[in-house]
Amino acid sequence: MYKSSILKLKIFTLLRICAVFLTLATFSIPAFSQEEHAEHTEGAEKKFEPGEVVLEHIADSHSLHLWGHTSIPLPVILYTDKGLEVFSSAHFEHGHADYAGKYYTYRLINDKVNIVGENNTLAESSSVVKWNSSLTDLSITRNVVSMWMSILVLLIVFISVSSAYKKNHGKAPKGMQSFLEPVILFVRDDIARPNIGYKYQRFMPLLLTVFFFIWINNLIGLVPFFPGGANLTGNIAVTLVLSVITLFVVNLNGNKHYWQHVFVPADVPGWIWPLWWVIELVGIISKPFALMIRLFANITAGHIIVLSLISLIFVFKSFAIAPVSVAFVVFMDVLELLVAALQAFIFTLLTALFIGTAIEEHHH
Amino acid sequence: MNPLVTPDIGLVFWTTVSFVVLFFLLAKFAWKPIMGALDERERFIEDSLSKAEAAKEEMSRLTSENESLLKQARIERDAILQEAKKVKDQIISDAKEAAHKEGARQIELARIEINNQKAIAMADVKNQVAALSLEIAEKVLRKQFEDQGKQDELVADLLKEVKL
Repeated sequence: MYKSSILKLKIFTLLRICAVFLTLATFSIPAFSQEEHAEHTEGAEKKFEPGEVVLEHIADSHSLHLWGHTSIPLPVILYTDKGLEVFSSAHFEHGHADYAGKYYTYRLINDKVNIVGENNTLAESSSVVKWNSSLTDLSITRNVVSMWMSILVLLIVFISVSSAYKKNHGKAPKGMQSFLEPVILFVRDDIARPNIGYKYQRFMPLLLTVFFFIWINNLIGLVPFFPGGANLTGNIAVTLVLSVITLFVVNLNGNKHYWQHVFVPADVPGWIWPLWWVIELVGIISKPFALMIRLFANITAGHIIVLSLISLIFVFKSFAIAPVSVAFVVFMDVLELLVAALQAFIFTLLTALFIGTAIEEHHH
Repeated sequence: MNPLVTPDIGLVFWTTVSFVVLFFLLAKFAWKPIMGALDERERFIEDSLSKAEAAKEEMSRLTSENESLLKQARIERDAILQEAKKVKDQIISDAKEAAHKEGARQIELARIEINNQKAIAMADVKNQVAALSLEIAEKVLRKQFEDQGKQDELVADLLKEVKL
């Protein structure tokens, strides 16, 4: 229900953007060619495509963009059917050049590594959806770097907080500790305890890690420049991993009653059981699947809206739009701050809820 | 397929590895001590509250005990005072009686002495008076019987009176 209200808000915001768009379209000022987004449009004659820009910003990348034309090349690690290849993404020159490795020649298309075969045929790198490829891209991409930075931050923050508990033993919390303690207690008292019950303690480490991991990465994703700029929690690979972890934790902890309900449901005639199993299987899969989509869609949608608003300036090629865009972007960013915490909360809450239903004890 | 909804294996791989490492590091070095400290503090607070409650009960018990002790002490004190007063009265009355008796005895002794002295004095006075009287009488008689005629007259008178 949280999600739907957020979605409604987003739809509402989109409607307002459209309204502004229509109003301003009537008095748009003639184009200033120098205002074109130089970085993303190659040559003045190329038309500005907001869709491309937006997707490029949301997707993963093989280089870490700092400012203007400056970016840090990241290591490309390819696992091919012939062996491992490691080289710098600088060799691709932002997709302008092919790189001849030990085993194949590689080309960067839409920031994805492809094998260039004979006669210029292309073979994409494999994805979770597409397995049958000779190329597995294990590169340290922008998202991986961003994730490692967030992990570093989390480790530093929470290990220092935990040492503060040792140092301030028996005293009132101080500094960072006093800011994070209510959040930790919130996860424990408002997420874990009511949904899992008295066995909540076993699952606290997972819930806390998931909560803070999602939250911090949502927040880092909101920062438009380095060290932010990555769209980690809006990447389906990341949310996939998180939800698969939930899937495993829930089902590996499922007790007798949980599996009894799935396989030998009471009060259900035997001939329905096969159908029942299918439905239950879909239920087991769809719960974490919804988690995956929810987090991905919410964060990505936020980024798309912000980027679309910024793109308006370049679409109209007018400074006059800028104040309006910026005002809406600020509004969206504030909303996204809320969404960042909210999505972390919802993911953790639902994980706790699923665990709760799996380990619930029935008293007949 | 849309690249947005196509998870890359690379990112899946790194996310899995990184998240699992993060989970174990945080679980061991952060969550365990933090949750332990929070639980311990909560237990400590609960403990302190129940201890305070117990102390309050103990206090009220002590207060009532004190009060009863005080009451008892007061009763005892009153009793002791009463006793002391009685003893004091007794002593005073005893002393008074003794003094009285002694006084009476002294007075008695004095009276006896006085009587004795008086008797002695009286006897003395009587003797003196008798001696004096005899002396006077002698002197008078001597004076009266200085003349022989009178002596004879008297003897005659006396002889007359004697009736044989």
